[in-house]
Amino acid sequence: MADLETPRATADPFAPLQRDPSGAERIQRRSRTAWQDVRYRLTTNKLAMTGFWLLILLVLMAFFAPLVWPFDHYTNDLQLNNQPPDSTHWFGTDDLGRDLFARTWKGAQISLFVGVAAALIDLVIGIVYGGIMGYYGGKVDEVMNRFAEILYSIPYLLVVILLLVFMEPSLTTIIVAMSITGWINMAWIVRGQMMQLKNQEFALASKALGASSMRIIFRHLVPNAMGPILVTLTLSVPSAIFTEAFLSFLGLGVQSPVASWGTMINDGVQSMSIYPWRLFFPALFLSLTIFAFNVFGDGLRDAFDPKLKK
Amino acid sequence: MSEAFVEIQGLRKYFNVGKNRVLKAVNDISFTIAKGETLGLVGESGCGKSTAGRTITRLYEPTSGRVSLSGVDVTKLSKSQLKAYRRRMQMIFQDPYASLNPRMTILDIIGEALDIHGLAPSRAHRKRRVEELLELVGLNAEHASRYPHEFSGGQRQRIGITRALAVEPEFIVCDEPISALDVSIQAQIINLLIDLQKRMGFTYLFIAHDLSMVKYMSDRVAVMYLGKIVELARSEDLYDRPHHPYTKALLSAIPVPDPDLEERKERIVLSGDLPSPVNPPSGCPFRTRCPIATGRCAEEEPAFREVRPGQWASCHYA
Ligand SMILES: Nc1ncnc2c1ncn2[C@@H]1O[C@H](COP(=O)(O)OP(=O)(O)O)[C@@H](O)[C@H]1O
Ligand SMILES: [Mg+2]
Repeated sequence: MADLETPRATADPFAPLQRDPSGAERIQRRSRTAWQDVRYRLTTNKLAMTGFWLLILLVLMAFFAPLVWPFDHYTNDLQLNNQPPDSTHWFGTDDLGRDLFARTWKGAQISLFVGVAAALIDLVIGIVYGGIMGYYGGKVDEVMNRFAEILYSIPYLLVVILLLVFMEPSLTTIIVAMSITGWINMAWIVRGQMMQLKNQEFALASKALGASSMRIIFRHLVPNAMGPILVTLTLSVPSAIFTEAFLSFLGLGVQSPVASWGTMINDGVQSMSIYPWRLFFPALFLSLTIFAFNVFGDGLRDAFDPKLKK
Repeated sequence: MSEAFVEIQGLRKYFNVGKNRVLKAVNDISFTIAKGETLGLVGESGCGKSTAGRTITRLYEPTSGRVSLSGVDVTKLSKSQLKAYRRRMQMIFQDPYASLNPRMTILDIIGEALDIHGLAPSRAHRKRRVEELLELVGLNAEHASRYPHEFSGGQRQRIGITRALAVEPEFIVCDEPISALDVSIQAQIINLLIDLQKRMGFTYLFIAHDLSMVKYMSDRVAVMYLGKIVELARSEDLYDRPHHPYTKALLSAIPVPDPDLEERKERIVLSGDLPSPVNPPSGCPFRTRCPIATGRCAEEEPAFREVRPGQWASCHYA
């Protein structure tokens, strides 16, 4: 109470304070950038971080396990076929006596390679195509979008089968097949972003300076659409991995003796009631990888757009 | 008044919104601005001011009409010719948070202007020029390597101004450059703009949503309503003798510093909302909210006529 009464002692209780213009615009603190916010939200999301660490673990294992493991993935040992898991062959062996632990991690290499390669091809084509379509709009957009829709409506199994007329079943064939239609989703995401961003003032300012459309798209708009692009990229990896496994399972993909989770599962299914471990391990790691990418991707999406979260 | 430096004639910008629906954001506006003059453009939010500014600087392609800059029709220029003209006309934007690319440093944001027009022969030259420009608008040259989020609204607006200055323009459209700023900062930005104009002889189209700041800034003022200009006059004339009922309503909303006067002042409160520019009212666009509208206003669109020398208004009863 005493504090409140002190001002009355002065002649004018409401003397104006001296205004200090130098302080008016001082930067009080360094504000957090959008990226720092994203990192914070991502690192506090337990499920997404579980996915993240699981992915790190899977990648490390895929690269280093085959290097240190005493068995390789292709040597047959017919004396030791269909061994159940034990302390020498942790995941057992298959019908040709090949070590399943080595094959599983070799398969992980292939899966991760296919997933990342397909996703990167989608990324490049999707950004260029979607960027141009969304930025120009109007007739250009109409034509380009119609073409994408037509391509999208072709079942990709048909694309694969047609492609197999010209190409041998192989990893390359799989990646090409996936890329023919895979980029469309990314292109649509980028298109939506371009449409939102192109009338933002920073893009208009660049246009007012005389920047070319390409400069505006690739220097200004795409970097600002990186959030949704990254999310789409992350979520397109598991679908590519699954597609590879599926095509290999059907015999349209990589061929023996190369180990792929898809071919291993195919082998395993045929004898799953007698030698269940031959199905179990590749199926487990395929599921784990897809799960890890999906939860990480979902976490990334929530981190970029917290409003979407219920 | 000296001859027109900027001349806008019958400018229209329509947006297609959905099936066969056209939004007439700018609907036949005409005016001129003399070299070194400031023309204020006022009107409430959504009346088409930004669209007008962006169409004049050809950020949007006009639906029809001409915009000439010292006699050359900018709307007819080819891509490469336009690029050269972009150096002569620039824009300062409303939202200092949206007008700077958050992913670029200040050096690159301003440096881009130099890059596009090849104004910096070397990296070192570019940096020096950017620092020079920053100091010109009262910013610390050492801040060039920082990102926009590290600055306050007022500082960002200065950066936006610097970017426009970098190409040494003659005509600058200022699209509500202060309305997103703190009141204490607004005057600083206004004074900076006036100071720059004095030193460099800029011609301004100064857009605002209320009349108070415009009066201080502008030589003449155009009042816009629903995509049209309803009154155009020298600042003093507009304030002393507004002719259009919409101008009167806008003026009555400005508080006067004298409490007695403020008490006695007649305040015209506009009823209703701004009609949709997709289907504007027949006849006079303002008639749905006009206190003096009659049957004639619904039938006949008032001509934009000179009600007094140098003062134009479009009202049957002005
Ligand atoms: N790109 C656009 N597409 C469709 N409608 C638009 C677009 N830009 C502005 N408009 C519409 O045009 C009208 C005028 O908008 P604007 O020029 O931003 O007004 P102001 O700057 O006076 O607030 C509004 O009704 C707005 O919704
Ligand atoms: Mg506006």
